[in-house]
Amino acid sequence: MHDHDHPHPHPHTHHDTHEPRAVDPGRPVRVGIAGPVGSGKTTLVASLCALLSESISMAVITNDIFTTEDADALRRLGVLADDRIVAVRTGACPHTAIRDDISANLDAAERLEASLAPVALTLIESGGDNLTATFSKGLVDHQIFVIDTAGGDDIPRKGGPGIADSDLLVINKVDLSPYVGADTERMESDAVARRAGRPVLRTSLREPAGATAVADWVRSLLVP
Amino acid sequence: MSLAELLLIADGRLPAGGHAHSFGLEAAVRRLGVSTQADVERFLDERTATVGFVEATATAMVCGHPDLDRTRLDLELDARMPSPAQRAASRQLGRQALRIGRVMWPNDAALAMRPPHRDGDHQAVVWGLLAAAARCTPTQAALVSLHHLTTAIASAAVRLLRLDPIEMHAGLLRRAAALDELADRCAELAVDARPDGLPAASHPYVDLLAELHHHDDERLFHS
Repeated sequence: MHDHDHPHPHPHTHHDTHEPRAVDPGRPVRVGIAGPVGSGKTTLVASLCALLSESISMAVITNDIFTTEDADALRRLGVLADDRIVAVRTGACPHTAIRDDISANLDAAERLEASLAPVALTLIESGGDNLTATFSKGLVDHQIFVIDTAGGDDIPRKGGPGIADSDLLVINKVDLSPYVGADTERMESDAVARRAGRPVLRTSLREPAGATAVADWVRSLLVP
Repeated sequence: MSLAELLLIADGRLPAGGHAHSFGLEAAVRRLGVSTQADVERFLDERTATVGFVEATATAMVCGHPDLDRTRLDLELDARMPSPAQRAASRQLGRQALRIGRVMWPNDAALAMRPPHRDGDHQAVVWGLLAAAARCTPTQAALVSLHHLTTAIASAAVRLLRLDPIEMHAGLLRRAAALDELADRCAELAVDARPDGLPAASHPYVDLLAELHHHDDERLFHS
Protein backbone atom coordinates (compact mmCIF):
# COMPACT_ATOMS: atom_id res chain seq x y z
CA MET A 1 0.00 0.00 0.00
CA HIS A 2 1.14 3.57 -0.58
CA ASP A 3 0.97 6.00 2.27
CA HIS A 4 3.94 8.14 1.29
CA ASP A 5 5.40 9.87 -1.72
CA HIS A 6 7.91 8.32 -4.12
CA PRO A 7 10.80 8.02 -4.64
CA HIS A 8 11.87 6.18 -1.53
CA PRO A 9 15.32 4.72 -0.96
CA HIS A 10 14.38 1.98 1.50
CA PRO A 11 13.22 -1.42 0.23
CA HIS A 12 9.80 -2.67 1.17
CA THR A 13 6.88 -4.58 -0.29
CA HIS A 14 4.44 -2.98 -2.68
CA HIS A 15 1.30 -5.00 -3.16
CA ASP A 16 -0.24 -2.88 -5.86
CA THR A 17 2.63 -0.98 -7.46
CA HIS A 18 2.30 -2.23 -11.01
CA GLU A 19 -1.32 -3.28 -10.97
CA PRO A 20 -4.01 -1.10 -12.53
CA ARG A 21 -5.94 1.08 -10.12
CA ALA A 22 -7.39 -1.02 -7.35
CA VAL A 23 -10.84 -2.25 -8.32
CA ASP A 24 -13.61 -1.51 -5.87
CA PRO A 25 -14.54 -4.96 -4.53
CA GLY A 26 -18.21 -4.05 -4.72
CA ARG A 27 -17.98 -3.03 -8.36
CA PRO A 28 -19.93 -5.06 -10.92
CA VAL A 29 -18.05 -7.39 -13.24
CA ARG A 30 -17.66 -5.58 -16.56
CA VAL A 31 -17.59 -7.53 -19.81
CA GLY A 32 -16.76 -5.85 -23.12
CA ILE A 33 -18.20 -7.11 -26.40
CA ALA A 34 -16.41 -6.04 -29.59
CA GLY A 35 -16.37 -7.15 -33.21
CA PRO A 36 -16.94 -6.03 -36.79
CA VAL A 37 -20.14 -4.29 -37.90
CA GLY A 38 -22.95 -6.80 -38.42
CA SER A 39 -21.29 -9.72 -36.66
CA GLY A 40 -24.06 -9.90 -34.07
CA LYS A 41 -22.84 -7.95 -31.04
CA THR A 42 -26.20 -6.37 -30.29
CA THR A 43 -28.04 -9.65 -30.81
CA LEU A 44 -25.59 -11.34 -28.42
CA VAL A 45 -26.15 -8.60 -25.83
CA ALA A 46 -29.93 -8.99 -26.22
CA SER A 47 -29.67 -12.77 -25.90
CA LEU A 48 -27.50 -12.49 -22.79
CA CYS A 49 -29.99 -10.07 -21.25
CA ALA A 50 -32.83 -12.48 -22.03
CA LEU A 51 -30.96 -15.41 -20.48
CA LEU A 52 -29.37 -13.69 -17.49
CA SER A 53 -31.35 -10.65 -16.40
CA GLU A 54 -33.94 -12.57 -14.41
CA SER A 55 -31.33 -13.92 -12.03
CA ILE A 56 -28.61 -11.21 -12.31
CA SER A 57 -28.87 -7.43 -11.88
CA MET A 58 -27.49 -6.14 -15.20
CA ALA A 59 -26.64 -2.86 -16.94
CA VAL A 60 -25.72 -2.28 -20.59
CA ILE A 61 -23.64 0.47 -22.23
CA THR A 62 -23.74 0.71 -26.03
CA ASN A 63 -21.17 2.64 -28.07
CA ASP A 64 -23.27 3.62 -31.04
CA ILE A 65 -21.52 4.98 -34.07
CA PHE A 66 -24.01 7.49 -35.38
CA THR A 67 -27.58 6.84 -34.25
CA THR A 68 -28.76 5.27 -31.02
CA GLU A 69 -29.81 2.24 -33.09
CA ASP A 70 -28.18 -0.35 -30.84
CA ALA A 71 -29.57 1.07 -27.62
CA ASP A 72 -32.97 1.50 -29.30
CA ALA A 73 -32.91 -2.08 -30.61
CA LEU A 74 -32.29 -3.41 -27.11
CA ARG A 75 -35.11 -1.29 -25.75
CA ARG A 76 -37.48 -2.47 -28.51
CA LEU A 77 -36.65 -6.08 -27.76
CA GLY A 78 -37.66 -5.41 -24.17
CA VAL A 79 -34.92 -7.66 -22.82
CA LEU A 80 -33.90 -5.14 -20.18
CA ALA A 81 -35.60 -2.16 -18.55
CA ASP A 82 -35.03 1.13 -20.41
CA ASP A 83 -33.21 2.71 -17.50
CA ARG A 84 -30.60 -0.07 -17.52
CA ILE A 85 -29.33 0.85 -21.01
CA VAL A 86 -27.20 3.91 -21.83
CA ALA A 87 -25.67 4.92 -25.18
CA VAL A 88 -22.24 6.59 -25.38
CA ARG A 89 -21.07 8.69 -28.37
CA THR A 90 -17.65 7.96 -29.75
CA GLY A 91 -16.81 10.99 -31.93
CA ALA A 92 -16.35 8.80 -35.03
CA CYS A 93 -13.65 6.70 -33.33
CA PRO A 94 -15.22 3.63 -31.70
CA HIS A 95 -11.98 1.96 -30.72
CA THR A 96 -10.62 5.12 -29.12
CA ALA A 97 -13.61 5.10 -26.78
CA ILE A 98 -12.96 1.57 -25.52
CA ARG A 99 -9.16 1.54 -25.50
CA ASP A 100 -7.22 4.84 -25.69
CA ASP A 101 -9.62 7.23 -23.98
CA ILE A 102 -12.11 5.27 -21.94
CA SER A 103 -13.31 8.21 -19.87
CA ALA A 104 -16.80 8.57 -21.38
CA ASN A 105 -17.47 4.85 -21.00
CA LEU A 106 -16.16 4.82 -17.42
CA ASP A 107 -18.28 7.84 -16.58
CA ALA A 108 -21.40 6.26 -18.09
CA ALA A 109 -20.75 2.88 -16.44
CA GLU A 110 -20.16 4.32 -12.98
CA ARG A 111 -23.21 6.58 -13.11
CA LEU A 112 -25.45 3.81 -14.40
CA GLU A 113 -24.14 1.30 -11.86
CA ALA A 114 -24.60 3.81 -9.03
CA SER A 115 -28.17 4.64 -10.07
CA LEU A 116 -29.14 0.94 -10.26
CA ALA A 117 -27.08 -0.38 -7.35
CA PRO A 118 -26.56 -3.18 -6.72
CA VAL A 119 -25.48 -4.26 -10.22
CA ALA A 120 -23.59 -7.55 -10.62
CA LEU A 121 -22.85 -7.46 -14.36
CA THR A 122 -22.28 -4.60 -16.82
CA LEU A 123 -22.03 -5.38 -20.53
CA ILE A 124 -20.23 -2.77 -22.64
CA GLU A 125 -20.88 -3.19 -26.35
CA SER A 126 -18.36 -1.45 -28.61
CA GLY A 127 -19.29 0.23 -31.84
CA GLY A 128 -18.73 -2.01 -34.85
CA ASP A 129 -15.05 -1.80 -35.64
CA ASN A 130 -12.19 -3.74 -37.20
CA LEU A 131 -10.08 -6.68 -36.05
CA THR A 132 -7.77 -4.47 -33.97
CA ALA A 133 -10.46 -3.34 -31.53
CA THR A 134 -9.75 -4.29 -27.93
CA PHE A 135 -10.98 -3.03 -24.59
CA SER A 136 -8.73 -1.36 -22.05
CA LYS A 137 -8.25 -3.27 -18.80
CA GLY A 138 -9.13 0.01 -17.14
CA LEU A 139 -12.66 -0.31 -18.53
CA VAL A 140 -13.56 -4.02 -18.52
CA ASP A 141 -12.52 -7.16 -16.67
CA HIS A 142 -13.16 -9.55 -19.56
CA GLN A 143 -13.74 -9.15 -23.28
CA ILE A 144 -15.67 -11.13 -25.88
CA PHE A 145 -14.91 -10.75 -29.59
CA VAL A 146 -17.68 -11.63 -32.05
CA ILE A 147 -17.10 -12.55 -35.70
CA ASP A 148 -19.48 -14.30 -38.09
CA THR A 149 -19.34 -16.86 -40.85
CA ALA A 150 -20.86 -14.49 -43.41
CA GLY A 151 -18.04 -12.01 -42.90
CA GLY A 152 -15.65 -14.49 -44.55
CA ASP A 153 -14.19 -17.70 -43.18
CA ASP A 154 -10.66 -16.34 -43.57
CA ILE A 155 -11.19 -13.86 -40.72
CA PRO A 156 -9.64 -16.06 -38.00
CA ARG A 157 -6.54 -16.48 -40.21
CA LYS A 158 -6.22 -12.69 -40.44
CA GLY A 159 -5.72 -12.63 -36.70
CA GLY A 160 -5.32 -9.39 -34.80
CA PRO A 161 -5.85 -8.57 -31.14
CA GLY A 162 -9.60 -9.28 -31.18
CA ILE A 163 -9.18 -12.79 -32.60
CA ALA A 164 -6.05 -13.69 -30.65
CA ASP A 165 -6.33 -11.98 -27.27
CA SER A 166 -10.02 -11.81 -26.37
CA ASP A 167 -11.07 -13.88 -23.38
CA LEU A 168 -13.83 -15.51 -25.43
CA LEU A 169 -14.14 -15.64 -29.22
CA VAL A 170 -17.64 -16.16 -30.59
CA ILE A 171 -18.07 -17.36 -34.18
CA ASN A 172 -21.64 -16.36 -34.91
CA LYS A 173 -24.18 -17.12 -37.66
CA VAL A 174 -23.06 -20.73 -38.07
CA ASP A 175 -26.55 -21.34 -39.48
CA LEU A 176 -25.60 -19.21 -42.49
CA SER A 177 -22.38 -21.05 -43.28
CA PRO A 178 -23.89 -23.36 -45.95
CA TYR A 179 -25.30 -20.35 -47.81
CA VAL A 180 -22.09 -18.33 -47.80
CA GLY A 181 -19.72 -21.24 -48.35
CA ALA A 182 -17.99 -20.80 -45.00
CA ASP A 183 -16.08 -23.68 -43.42
CA THR A 184 -16.90 -23.25 -39.72
CA GLU A 185 -14.68 -26.16 -38.65
CA ARG A 186 -11.77 -24.47 -40.33
CA MET A 187 -12.70 -21.12 -38.79
CA GLU A 188 -12.70 -22.67 -35.34
CA SER A 189 -9.42 -24.54 -35.79
CA ASP A 190 -7.71 -21.44 -37.26
CA ALA A 191 -8.94 -19.42 -34.27
CA VAL A 192 -7.94 -22.04 -31.70
CA ALA A 193 -4.45 -22.10 -33.18
CA ARG A 194 -4.05 -18.40 -32.40
CA ARG A 195 -5.59 -18.31 -28.94
CA ALA A 196 -3.28 -20.19 -26.56
CA GLY A 197 -6.09 -22.22 -25.07
CA ARG A 198 -8.61 -19.41 -24.63
CA PRO A 199 -12.14 -20.56 -25.48
CA VAL A 200 -13.97 -20.35 -28.82
CA LEU A 201 -17.73 -20.85 -29.11
CA ARG A 202 -19.86 -21.24 -32.25
CA THR A 203 -23.32 -19.73 -32.11
CA SER A 204 -26.48 -19.09 -34.02
CA LEU A 205 -28.47 -16.36 -32.37
CA ARG A 206 -31.80 -16.59 -34.18
CA GLU A 207 -33.19 -17.46 -30.75
CA PRO A 208 -31.81 -16.24 -27.41
CA ALA A 209 -31.20 -19.88 -26.42
CA GLY A 210 -28.45 -19.92 -29.07
CA ALA A 211 -26.36 -17.90 -26.63
CA THR A 212 -26.71 -20.38 -23.76
CA ALA A 213 -23.05 -21.43 -23.84
CA VAL A 214 -21.94 -17.79 -23.87
CA ALA A 215 -24.30 -17.03 -20.99
CA ASP A 216 -22.82 -19.92 -19.01
CA TRP A 217 -19.33 -18.54 -19.65
CA VAL A 218 -20.42 -15.09 -18.46
CA ARG A 219 -22.08 -16.58 -15.40
CA SER A 220 -18.82 -18.34 -14.52
CA LEU A 221 -17.13 -14.92 -14.33
CA LEU A 222 -19.47 -13.83 -11.55
CA VAL A 223 -18.56 -16.64 -9.16
CA PRO A 224 -16.42 -15.02 -6.47
CA MET B 1 6.44 25.11 -12.73
CA SER B 2 7.12 21.94 -14.67
CA LEU B 3 7.00 22.17 -18.44
CA ALA B 4 6.73 18.39 -18.72
CA GLU B 5 3.65 18.35 -16.47
CA LEU B 6 2.10 21.23 -18.41
CA LEU B 7 2.61 19.32 -21.67
CA LEU B 8 0.95 16.24 -20.19
CA ILE B 9 -2.27 18.02 -19.31
CA ALA B 10 -2.31 19.98 -22.57
CA ASP B 11 -1.76 16.90 -24.74
CA GLY B 12 -4.70 15.80 -26.86
CA ARG B 13 -3.83 12.23 -25.89
CA LEU B 14 -4.79 12.95 -22.29
CA PRO B 15 -7.67 10.49 -21.87
CA ALA B 16 -10.25 13.03 -20.74
CA GLY B 17 -12.88 12.26 -23.35
CA GLY B 18 -12.49 15.42 -25.45
CA HIS B 19 -12.21 13.33 -28.62
CA ALA B 20 -15.96 12.66 -28.54
CA HIS B 21 -16.91 16.38 -28.42
CA SER B 22 -17.01 18.82 -31.35
CA PHE B 23 -18.02 21.77 -29.14
CA GLY B 24 -20.87 22.71 -31.44
CA LEU B 25 -19.12 22.14 -34.74
CA GLU B 26 -21.14 19.06 -35.76
CA ALA B 27 -24.38 20.98 -35.30
CA ALA B 28 -22.89 23.98 -37.13
CA VAL B 29 -21.98 21.72 -40.05
CA ARG B 30 -25.52 20.44 -40.20
CA ARG B 31 -27.48 23.57 -39.40
CA LEU B 32 -25.32 26.46 -40.58
CA GLY B 33 -23.65 24.91 -43.59
CA VAL B 34 -20.14 25.16 -42.15
CA SER B 35 -18.12 23.22 -44.72
CA THR B 36 -14.75 24.78 -45.61
CA GLN B 37 -11.66 25.34 -43.51
CA ALA B 38 -12.38 29.08 -43.57
CA ASP B 39 -15.86 28.38 -42.15
CA VAL B 40 -14.38 26.21 -39.42
CA GLU B 41 -11.81 28.87 -38.54
CA ARG B 42 -14.53 31.51 -38.24
CA PHE B 43 -16.58 29.20 -36.00
CA LEU B 44 -13.50 28.52 -33.91
CA ASP B 45 -12.67 32.23 -33.55
CA GLU B 46 -16.19 33.10 -32.46
CA ARG B 47 -16.36 30.29 -29.95
CA THR B 48 -12.90 31.12 -28.57
CA ALA B 49 -13.62 34.83 -28.16
CA THR B 50 -16.88 34.26 -26.29
CA VAL B 51 -17.57 31.04 -24.38
CA GLY B 52 -13.94 29.92 -24.67
CA PHE B 53 -12.80 33.21 -23.14
CA VAL B 54 -15.20 32.89 -20.20
CA GLU B 55 -14.18 29.29 -19.52
CA ALA B 56 -10.46 30.00 -19.83
CA THR B 57 -10.83 32.87 -17.34
CA ALA B 58 -12.54 30.53 -14.88
CA THR B 59 -9.72 28.01 -15.41
CA ALA B 60 -7.09 30.70 -14.74
CA MET B 61 -8.98 31.78 -11.61
CA VAL B 62 -9.12 28.25 -10.20
CA CYS B 63 -5.46 27.66 -11.05
CA GLY B 64 -4.42 30.79 -9.16
CA HIS B 65 -6.83 30.11 -6.28
CA PRO B 66 -7.54 26.37 -6.06
CA ASP B 67 -9.22 26.95 -2.69
CA LEU B 68 -11.72 29.54 -3.97
CA ASP B 69 -15.47 29.27 -3.37
CA ARG B 70 -16.33 26.57 -5.90
CA THR B 71 -20.02 26.64 -5.08
CA ARG B 72 -20.21 30.29 -6.13
CA LEU B 73 -18.09 29.73 -9.22
CA ASP B 74 -20.31 26.80 -10.20
CA LEU B 75 -23.37 29.05 -10.06
CA GLU B 76 -21.64 31.81 -12.02
CA LEU B 77 -20.66 29.34 -14.75
CA ASP B 78 -24.18 27.88 -14.83
CA ALA B 79 -25.57 31.40 -15.27
CA ARG B 80 -23.36 31.83 -18.32
CA MET B 81 -24.59 28.59 -19.94
CA PRO B 82 -28.31 28.92 -20.69
CA SER B 83 -28.45 25.59 -22.56
CA PRO B 84 -28.97 22.56 -20.31
CA ALA B 85 -27.25 20.36 -22.91
CA GLN B 86 -24.25 22.67 -22.81
CA ARG B 87 -24.10 22.48 -19.03
CA ALA B 88 -24.43 18.70 -19.07
CA ALA B 89 -21.59 18.37 -21.59
CA SER B 90 -19.44 20.72 -19.52
CA ARG B 91 -20.03 18.68 -16.36
CA GLN B 92 -19.45 15.39 -18.16
CA LEU B 93 -16.06 16.64 -19.36
CA GLY B 94 -15.40 17.95 -15.85
CA ARG B 95 -16.06 14.55 -14.25
CA GLN B 96 -13.82 12.85 -16.78
CA ALA B 97 -10.96 15.30 -16.25
CA LEU B 98 -11.35 15.07 -12.46
CA ARG B 99 -11.00 11.28 -12.63
CA ILE B 100 -7.64 11.73 -14.37
CA GLY B 101 -6.51 14.38 -11.91
CA ARG B 102 -7.28 12.24 -8.89
CA VAL B 103 -5.27 9.34 -10.30
CA MET B 104 -2.37 11.48 -11.49
CA TRP B 105 -2.14 13.58 -8.31
CA PRO B 106 -3.59 11.35 -5.58
CA ASN B 107 -2.38 13.66 -2.79
CA ASP B 108 -3.80 16.93 -4.15
CA ALA B 109 -6.27 18.30 -1.62
CA ALA B 110 -8.27 20.49 -4.05
CA LEU B 111 -8.72 17.61 -6.50
CA ALA B 112 -9.86 15.36 -3.66
CA MET B 113 -12.59 17.78 -2.53
CA ARG B 114 -16.19 16.82 -3.25
CA PRO B 115 -17.58 18.94 -6.12
CA PRO B 116 -20.38 21.30 -5.06
CA HIS B 117 -22.79 19.98 -7.72
CA ARG B 118 -24.02 16.37 -7.72
CA ASP B 119 -23.17 16.00 -11.42
CA GLY B 120 -19.64 17.24 -10.81
CA ASP B 121 -17.74 20.43 -11.59
CA HIS B 122 -17.76 22.21 -14.93
CA GLN B 123 -14.74 21.33 -17.03
CA ALA B 124 -13.39 24.89 -16.77
CA VAL B 125 -13.03 24.41 -13.02
CA VAL B 126 -11.36 21.01 -13.29
CA TRP B 127 -8.83 22.20 -15.86
CA GLY B 128 -7.90 24.88 -13.34
CA LEU B 129 -7.42 22.27 -10.63
CA LEU B 130 -5.30 20.13 -12.95
CA ALA B 131 -3.23 23.14 -13.96
CA ALA B 132 -2.65 24.02 -10.30
CA ALA B 133 -1.64 20.43 -9.54
CA ALA B 134 0.77 20.59 -12.48
CA ARG B 135 2.16 23.84 -11.03
CA CYS B 136 1.13 25.96 -14.01
CA THR B 137 0.70 29.71 -13.96
CA PRO B 138 -2.83 31.08 -14.48
CA THR B 139 -1.85 32.21 -17.99
CA GLN B 140 -0.70 28.70 -18.81
CA ALA B 141 -3.90 27.31 -17.32
CA ALA B 142 -5.98 29.56 -19.58
CA LEU B 143 -3.91 28.42 -22.53
CA VAL B 144 -4.50 24.76 -21.69
CA SER B 145 -8.24 25.44 -21.71
CA LEU B 146 -8.10 27.34 -25.02
CA HIS B 147 -5.76 24.75 -26.51
CA HIS B 148 -8.12 21.86 -25.75
CA LEU B 149 -11.06 23.80 -27.18
CA THR B 150 -9.38 24.80 -30.43
CA THR B 151 -7.67 21.47 -31.10
CA ALA B 152 -10.87 19.56 -30.34
CA ILE B 153 -12.81 21.67 -32.85
CA ALA B 154 -10.04 21.28 -35.43
CA SER B 155 -9.94 17.51 -34.91
CA ALA B 156 -13.72 17.27 -35.18
CA ALA B 157 -13.56 19.30 -38.42
CA VAL B 158 -11.05 16.87 -39.87
CA ARG B 159 -13.32 13.93 -39.05
CA LEU B 160 -16.64 15.53 -40.02
CA LEU B 161 -15.61 17.37 -43.18
CA ARG B 162 -12.55 15.38 -44.30
CA LEU B 163 -10.53 18.61 -44.25
CA ASP B 164 -6.75 18.39 -44.63
CA PRO B 165 -5.39 17.89 -41.08
CA ILE B 166 -2.10 19.59 -41.91
CA GLU B 167 -3.79 22.72 -43.27
CA MET B 168 -6.02 22.66 -40.20
CA HIS B 169 -3.01 22.75 -37.90
CA ALA B 170 -1.48 25.56 -39.93
CA GLY B 171 -4.73 27.41 -39.28
CA LEU B 172 -4.31 26.79 -35.55
CA LEU B 173 -0.76 28.10 -35.68
CA ARG B 174 -1.97 31.36 -37.25
CA ARG B 175 -4.03 31.85 -34.09
CA ALA B 176 -1.21 31.15 -31.64
CA ALA B 177 -0.30 34.78 -30.99
CA ALA B 178 -3.95 35.72 -30.48
CA LEU B 179 -4.43 32.83 -28.05
CA ASP B 180 -1.35 33.91 -26.10
CA GLU B 181 -2.81 37.40 -25.80
CA LEU B 182 -6.22 36.10 -24.85
CA ALA B 183 -4.70 33.86 -22.16
CA ASP B 184 -2.87 36.88 -20.70
CA ARG B 185 -6.17 38.74 -20.57
CA CYS B 186 -7.88 35.79 -18.87
CA ALA B 187 -5.13 35.68 -16.24
CA GLU B 188 -5.42 39.43 -15.59
CA LEU B 189 -9.17 39.12 -15.05
CA ALA B 190 -8.57 36.15 -12.76
CA VAL B 191 -6.08 37.80 -10.43
CA ASP B 192 -8.70 38.11 -7.70
CA ALA B 193 -10.72 35.06 -6.69
CA ARG B 194 -14.02 36.76 -7.50
CA PRO B 195 -16.34 34.38 -9.38
CA ASP B 196 -18.92 37.15 -9.89
CA GLY B 197 -16.28 39.09 -11.79
CA LEU B 198 -16.11 36.39 -14.46
CA PRO B 199 -16.69 37.85 -17.93
CA ALA B 200 -20.08 37.10 -19.47
CA ALA B 201 -19.26 36.98 -23.18
CA SER B 202 -21.67 34.72 -25.02
CA HIS B 203 -22.75 33.69 -28.47
CA PRO B 204 -26.37 32.76 -29.15
CA TYR B 205 -25.33 30.10 -31.65
CA VAL B 206 -23.33 28.23 -29.05
CA ASP B 207 -26.34 27.58 -26.84
CA LEU B 208 -28.79 27.16 -29.69
CA LEU B 209 -26.57 24.65 -31.49
CA ALA B 210 -25.96 22.73 -28.27
CA GLU B 211 -29.70 22.31 -27.75
CA LEU B 212 -30.40 21.37 -31.37
CA HIS B 213 -27.51 18.92 -31.38
CA HIS B 214 -28.71 17.29 -28.19
CA HIS B 215 -32.02 16.47 -29.87
CA ASP B 216 -30.52 15.21 -33.13
CA ASP B 217 -30.66 11.45 -33.36
CA GLU B 218 -27.95 11.09 -35.97
CA ARG B 219 -24.71 12.48 -34.58
CA LEU B 220 -21.15 11.36 -34.03
CA PHE B 221 -20.17 13.68 -31.19
CA HIS B 222 -21.56 14.15 -27.70
CA SER B 223 -21.58 17.93 -28.11
